[in-house]
Amino acid sequence: MIFVITGTQLPFDRLIRILDDIAPLLDEEIVAQVNGSGYLPHHINTIDLLPPDEFDRLFRQARLIVAHAGIGTILSALQYQKPIIIFPRIAAQGEHRNEHQLATAAKMSEAGWVYVAHDKEELKALLLKPELHPLCTIGPTASESLIQSITDFIEE
Amino acid sequence: MKKIFAAASIGGHWKQLLRIAQPLEERYEVVYASTHPKCAEMIENSRSSHSTGGGNFYLIPDFSRKDAWRLVPAFFRLLRVLWKEHPDAVLTTGAAPGLICLFAAWILHYKTIWVDSTANAVHLSASGRIARRFASRVYTQWPDLAQHGVCYAGSVWSIMNKQ
Repeated sequence: MIFVITGTQLPFDRLIRILDDIAPLLDEEIVAQVNGSGYLPHHINTIDLLPPDEFDRLFRQARLIVAHAGIGTILSALQYQKPIIIFPRIAAQGEHRNEHQLATAAKMSEAGWVYVAHDKEELKALLLKPELHPLCTIGPTASESLIQSITDFIEE
Repeated sequence: MKKIFAAASIGGHWKQLLRIAQPLEERYEVVYASTHPKCAEMIENSRSSHSTGGGNFYLIPDFSRKDAWRLVPAFFRLLRVLWKEHPDAVLTTGAAPGLICLFAAWILHYKTIWVDSTANAVHLSASGRIARRFASRVYTQWPDLAQHGVCYAGSVWSIMNKQ
């Protein structure tokens, strides 16, 4: 199952439309968490806001996560060792307030932590790959150096 | 034992805060505040704090640019809560409610720590730029943004292995 996450603040119709177009080419169920999305897809299941336990269950069941560049989602994917494709929101198309998602995605792709797709062709190419591995794993807490620095500052 | 007051909005900000504050619990008493009751479920041994005190989680009003007037009641609630808790340091990962929390803490002369979200990879967030004017310590999670008094010491991402 492919779990699609668009966040809780704004709709992301462009991603849902593209996935709806690609879905018939894939032999896999797609479940999308949407938020007030105006577009009703034909080939994928959409769910509005989910209670946290149900969200967690779908997250753990999923083979692959496709998501906007939300930090919470990316953290969860890497921690639970799920491969994740980031499809950033574009503010110029009214999908966010500023272009920070494009920048976040670019930095994370450069660091080699996540897969990134910007349009239908790029997303299709990644979804048609037989196997996507998680690109990295993270621990359950922040880096030790950050914790140490904050602790030192508290003790100052 | 020193006491840390850790606050952030629900979502990615809250998840980032927990990744920093939970390890701090080994050394400090940590009291949390967030904008949604379900955040309390993500804290170990959570006990909601109301006016009676004694708990380790406070609910604070949420707001954004659209309903910015709500920062006024949020600010006064945070002033009261911080005055009562009397922490040794106040830590936030944002967003706007975190900034208001840090500002209330600054007025009360507590040590204030802002950790800018990973989402801000090109420049500090708008709230972070305001926090930089008064916070005792401001961290970015991107090394190339560490300048003009903004520190970098790592991030909430503890990379264990890369393939």
